[in-house]
Order: sequence, then structure tokens, then C-alpha cells
Amino acid sequence: MTALTIAGVTKSYVDTPVLSGVDLHVPHGSLTAVLGPSGCGKTTLLRLIAGFADPDAGTIAFGETVVFRPGHSTKPQHRRAGYVPQEGALFPHLTVAANITFGLSRADRRDGCRVSELLDLVGLASALSGRYPHELSGGQQQRVALARALAPRPEVVLLDEPFSALDAALREGTRRAVAAALRSAGATAVLVTHDQAEALSLADQVGVMRAGRLVQLDSPAAVYTRPFDTGVASFVGEAVLMPATVSAGQAVCALGRIPVTGPDEGDLHVMIRPEQLVIHTNGDRRGVPARVREISYFGHDASVRLDLLPDGPSVVARITGTSLPALDSDVHLTLSGSAVTYPG
Amino acid sequence: MSTGTLLPTRDRPTRRPGRERLPLPMLTAALAVTLVMLVPLLFVAVVTVETGAAEAVRLIVRPRVGELLWNTARLAVGCMLCCAVLGTVAAWLVERSNLPGRKVFNVLLVAPLAIPAFVNSYGWVSLLPSAAGFLGALVIVTLSYFPFVYLPVAASLRGLDPAHEEAARSLGHGALRTFLRTVLPQLRPAILGGALLVGLHLLAEFGALQMLRYPTFTTAIYDQYQSTFNGAAANMLAGVLVLCCLVLLMAELRLRGKARYARTGSGSARPIDRIRLGRLTGPAVAGLVALSMLALGVPLFSLGYWLAVGSSSTVDTELILTSTGTSLTLGALGALVTTAAALPVAWLYVRRRGRVSTLLERITYTGSALPGIVIALALVTIAVRVTPGLYQTTSVVIVAYLILFLPRAVVNVRATLAQTPPVLEDVAHSLGAGRSATLRRVTLPLIAPGLGAGAALVFLGVVTELTATLLLAPTGTQTLATQFWNYSDSVDYGAAAPYAALMVLISAPATYLLTRAVRRESAS
Repeated sequence: MTALTIAGVTKSYVDTPVLSGVDLHVPHGSLTAVLGPSGCGKTTLLRLIAGFADPDAGTIAFGETVVFRPGHSTKPQHRRAGYVPQEGALFPHLTVAANITFGLSRADRRDGCRVSELLDLVGLASALSGRYPHELSGGQQQRVALARALAPRPEVVLLDEPFSALDAALREGTRRAVAAALRSAGATAVLVTHDQAEALSLADQVGVMRAGRLVQLDSPAAVYTRPFDTGVASFVGEAVLMPATVSAGQAVCALGRIPVTGPDEGDLHVMIRPEQLVIHTNGDRRGVPARVREISYFGHDASVRLDLLPDGPSVVARITGTSLPALDSDVHLTLSGSAVTYPG
Repeated sequence: MSTGTLLPTRDRPTRRPGRERLPLPMLTAALAVTLVMLVPLLFVAVVTVETGAAEAVRLIVRPRVGELLWNTARLAVGCMLCCAVLGTVAAWLVERSNLPGRKVFNVLLVAPLAIPAFVNSYGWVSLLPSAAGFLGALVIVTLSYFPFVYLPVAASLRGLDPAHEEAARSLGHGALRTFLRTVLPQLRPAILGGALLVGLHLLAEFGALQMLRYPTFTTAIYDQYQSTFNGAAANMLAGVLVLCCLVLLMAELRLRGKARYARTGSGSARPIDRIRLGRLTGPAVAGLVALSMLALGVPLFSLGYWLAVGSSSTVDTELILTSTGTSLTLGALGALVTTAAALPVAWLYVRRRGRVSTLLERITYTGSALPGIVIALALVTIAVRVTPGLYQTTSVVIVAYLILFLPRAVVNVRATLAQTPPVLEDVAHSLGAGRSATLRRVTLPLIAPGLGAGAALVFLGVVTELTATLLLAPTGTQTLATQFWNYSDSVDYGAAAPYAALMVLISAPATYLLTRAVRRESAS
């Protein structure tokens, strides 16, 4: 496995630009999630890396080897890029074993010794090797698809929304198994997804795409706590935004005087995450007053919409599901941690 | 005729036509096939120009042509109408009413397809020599062709959402009004499509009509050809016939475009409540039994009778064996060549949908909509004039089969190819398999059922093909169909019977496949 480096990749279909000037570096043996809404160009980026289509401009390199530059494009069958599509796309006419060994040489196919090793790697019993794809669950199919992609020891592994077709119950287990297999194979991997929880929980590095551009490339924690702009902030999680006057690391806003990170001063916007808001009940009068307007109870936690009193904006707080305030009751709010500032 | 769904394509750039390159080998192959398909049309155009306007007018505008036109037209219209009514009523009874024995009737109503029309008319004429002329032809040809309407209408009825009918009933409509106002409009594409197919078959029909002594364009062209070999008169008659076919073909293509809008949903999720026939049960059963008796019973009884009678005279076992062998060999060769030719056309159409690939695919239909006699005339003339070395060889016969039966293969290959997601080919490439390895290891195994079904249908067509074989087969080569024709033409019904029986036997399994193919095509 090697690092993957993409520089200045641009692609249009007819006259519609799909990707404009994308730079991305995926370090050797790490997993990068490319996160973005539908139609942002992330699947196109993956297909360009795999070689199914060619960029209009830019370069793509696996380690030292340039697989695409204008005027030269290595064919997909010679790139050694493992590809795991949506829903796995196992060859329906082949058994699990034959699917896994598809990319191996004829001698290795006959030998078949890697099958159980690879099934083990993705956490499946080797008893499955004689089954056909339609006899497997969706999660098993997805794991076999990964084993198939890993079998020829590819330079990079590309995963296109591999979990989006799975039931919620299967999704989490499959995600863990896939991430573990990628790590123990030491794979350099790019995973494309529109699910922010998936990107944040699995990846070493998250690239946020919007309208054909890679707007932020950072660690999961950095993407969540210090998003590049308010758009990214709202996309990677729920965000409370409000105007504020900032000076000397303090902001004055509807939540009172709160600490902020960042050097900017003046009339700005601040962003806080709902779980940073703490609700005080039973006459605890710390912070600012607010009235409970709506409670969405999810079990493990709850999302509470409050109007700041007397006529402030509406904010959302995320609290544990064990101690809910009463609807329409008056409470007080404080902030834990600090807010992030953005130009107003 | 839609192409079925692939994997969900969320967030995937649409594959725009022209953006992805057309692979040169596939394109070249498809172009070559298309060119062959255009040969008969080009032939008609060229000979018309060669003949010159004045001579063409002299040959076309004469009472004989008017008579043939009238004969052909009234038979075509009459037969299309009768088939539409019979096919639709029978399909409704089997699919929507509580008719007893529906499963048996379903088989009986499709089975006439296994009996070639010329064998059917042999069955009638040999028992009832007075069965001739317009009325005889109308009855016998309708009995042979009504399954072409029955099959698509039955498939359509099966796919209709019963909710529409329930809604109409709840709005106060009775059974008959519900059928006329909600069901019939939705069946129109199937009925019209089936009827147009009947029309095209009828324009091409030669054997059955010749035997019934009912002169139409095909029989007249044949007689001209026999007497003058390559007269301009035969060619001009062929030109008029081609124009008639093109009219029907245009109607069919237009209809096919519209049919897509007419189709709703992917079928009923729950069993429908069948309409109780009540007092009408008796007449309905009697009617379908009578229809089956006429369409199946008469020709089969006749065959059995002549087999029994004929066996008392000498049966040339060796001739039977050699002509069976020739039929099987030609069938296998035709199926092989035609299926191979279908592959590039279908692949381009499904994987690189665009103006070029759609045009190529459409042209394959145009060629085969032309009657076998026109195709044979074209190939004879070209072989004699351009490639004398090929004249009177098997390869010319195989080319005729290719032109006649290519759509059967294309439709089947296309349907299975469309059910094979292109992402599988992408994955194979990413695993190191090149274009030919991907074709061999992924695409071909996945479309094998379609290739097989297409090949079987071509095989069926070849074994029961009469006209082109009669004109093109090398001297001394006899197939089951031509040998049968020789005997029955000289009114030796007993000697002809074993050949007809063998053709029916060989056709039966492929007919079953045809039934399934039509069902799948209408349902997709």
C-alpha cells in the first residue's frame, strides 16, 4: 500500500462542472472519508481515482507512480485500485470464494488458500466460501466485497457509500468490521459517504466536499469542533448560530458573555454545538433564562428547542434522555466549553 | 421494452451518451451487422432506380397489382381484427375471470405457435379441399396467428394494478363498464402491438396462402420468380410489399414509443379478485374449447391421419433423416451466427445508449420486418451479380436467417444485459481484468440465459422457415420444411406428414421459451 495524492483534479460532464481543483492527500495506510451531500461530486472523485473515467485536468498518483496526468491515463485494470461499490456488487454467478479470488492469477485462484485468510480478515466464517451472493445478508455481501477488493493486495482501496444500503441494525457492525479489516490490512483507503456520523467515527481524516470542491480536510475532531465555515458546521452536525460582538476572547450574544476560540474580533457570528448547552431547572438561576418549546425524545438522548427570554432567538440543546425539563417550563441555560467565531 | 432497473444510482453521474467512448471493436461489429440488415431495403431501392420510373409505373400500375393489393389488404385487416378480438377475449377470460381450467387453456392458447402456419393450412386443405379463397385463408391464418395478440394482452393483464379496477367499481361502474373504461385503454398498446405483429407476419406469409390458393404479393412474387427467374416484375412487386411492411413497421415503432407512457407500476402485489362468469361459464368454456379444437385439434388430427395413412405407402426413412439433419444443422448454425451478431448491437444499445446505438438497434428491426421472399430475392440477386462464388452456398442461407431472426436474439440479449449492472464490469476492471477478460468472465456468464433463449428462438425460426430456404438453399439440399413443401405441393399428403410432425416436435420446446420471452418483455 502507498499514499494517494490528488492535485488540481477538475472534471465536467458536458457543461456542468462536477469537480473543480480538488487536492487530496491520503497518507500511507490511513482511512480518509470524503463527506458530502448528494451530487457534490464525491462519487465522481472515486471513479476518477479508480480510472473508470478521466479528469479534464490535474494529476493522480499512487505513491510515486502517476496514474493520471493530462495525456496519460493508466487503465483501471492496471491501476491496482480496489473498488467496493454500493451494495457490494458481488458477481452473482460466482461463489463467495470465486468472488474473492477473482482478481488473483489463475494459479492463485486454483490454490484458493487466501480465501479463508481474507474471510477471517473481514470477520466472516470460512464456511461461507461455497455460498452464492444471494444467500448472504447485505452486511455479509459488503464484507465479501471488501475481501474481494483486498485480495490482489491493491495500492489503494476505494469504498463508495458501502453501508448506505444496509439496515440500521446491520450497519454499525459492518462498519466496525470493515474499518478493522482495512486497518489490519494496512490499507490506504478512501471512503465516500453522505453520513457524517460514519465519516467522523471511522476515518483518520475527513474531507468535506461541497459543490465539487474539497472545502476542509482535517481530523474528525477538528472538522466537528472547528468547521471551516458555517456551512460545514451545519453539515457535519447540528449547529446553533447567532450574532455576537467579540473582543479579547469573549463574545457578547443572546447567551450572555461566553468564551470563544480564534483571534477574530468585532461583529461576528458564533457557533456552538447543541450538546454544549446545559439546562438548569428547579430554580438554579445560572446563565440566561429560556422557555422550553419542543422536546424530541430519542431514548439515548433528547433534543430540546428553547426560546431565549424575553425575546431572544430560538436555540437547540442536546441533553441525556434521563432528565427532561417540562414542556413550556422556564429554565436557565449555560454554555460548557467555548464557541467558534465566523465572519458575520 | 424498457431496459429494467440497475442498482440504485444515487449520487452517480449519469452516463451521458457520447461522453464515454464507443469501443471500436464493438462499434465495427455492430456496424457490419447493421449493414447486412440493410441489404434487402437497399436492394429494393437500387432495383427500383435501375428499372426506371416509366417501367416501374408500367409494372406497378396494372390490374394484377391492384388485385393483389386488395387481396393482401383485406386479408391483413380482417386477420388483424379477428386476432385482436379473439386474443383479447381469450386473454381476459384466462387472466381475469374464474374460468375453470385456466392453466390448461393458457397452454392451449399459446400452443398454436408450435404449428407453422403452412403446416396448419396443410392440415385443413388435406382434409377439406374446399378450404380455400378469402374466407378459408382468413379463418386458417387467424387460427395460426391469434396467439401473437393473446400473449402480450395476457401479460399486460397480469401486470395491471387491480387498484384501478377497484377504484372504478367503487365509483359505481359495473363489470363491463369497468373493463371498457379502465382496463381496455390500458391494454391498447398490447392489443395494437400484437395486431401489428400479426399484420407483419401476414404480409410475409407465403406457404399457407400458396397452399390455400389465395394469391397475395408473396405468392405472386414467388410465381414470377419461378417463371422468369429475375424479372423486374418480381422486384417491383417486392417494392410494393416492402412499402406495406414499412407502413406497419412505422406504426409499430411509434406505438412502442408511446407504450412506455401507458405502462404503470411493476405489477400487482396481491392476487386479484376474478370476475365470476356465472351463467356465462358454459358458453365461455365451449368457445375456448372450440377455438383450441380448430387451431390445434384439426391440424394435429390431420397430421395423425396422414401419418397413419402414409405409413402404408413407402416411407423414405433415409430422406427423412438427412432432411432432419440439414434442418438441425442449419438451425444450429443460424442460431450461432445470429446470437453472435446480436451481442455487439445489444451491448452498444444498453451500455452506450445514444443516437448512434439506438439507430443501429432500430435498423435491426427494419430488416427483419421484411418478408422472407424479399430477403431471398435480394440475396439471390446480389449473390449472382456481386459474389457468384457464394451463390448456391449455405452461407447465403445463413445470412438470410440472420436478417430474418436477428431481433429475436437482440431482444433477449438486451433484456438480460440490462439486468446486469455495469458496476460489475467496473469492479472486474478494478480487479485487473481487461476488456476481453471481463467479457469472458463476467458479462457472458451473466447474460448466458439471454443468449440461450435468443439462440433457441432463432433455431425455432430457422427450422420452420420455408420461403427463404426454398429460394436460397443449394440445389439438392432439403430441409424438413422444403421437403414437406415439395410433397404437399404435389398433393402427396401422406409423404409430407412425417416432415410436418418432426417440425412440430422440434418447435414445441422453443415455443415454450417464446412464451416466456414475450411475458418477460411485456412485464419489464
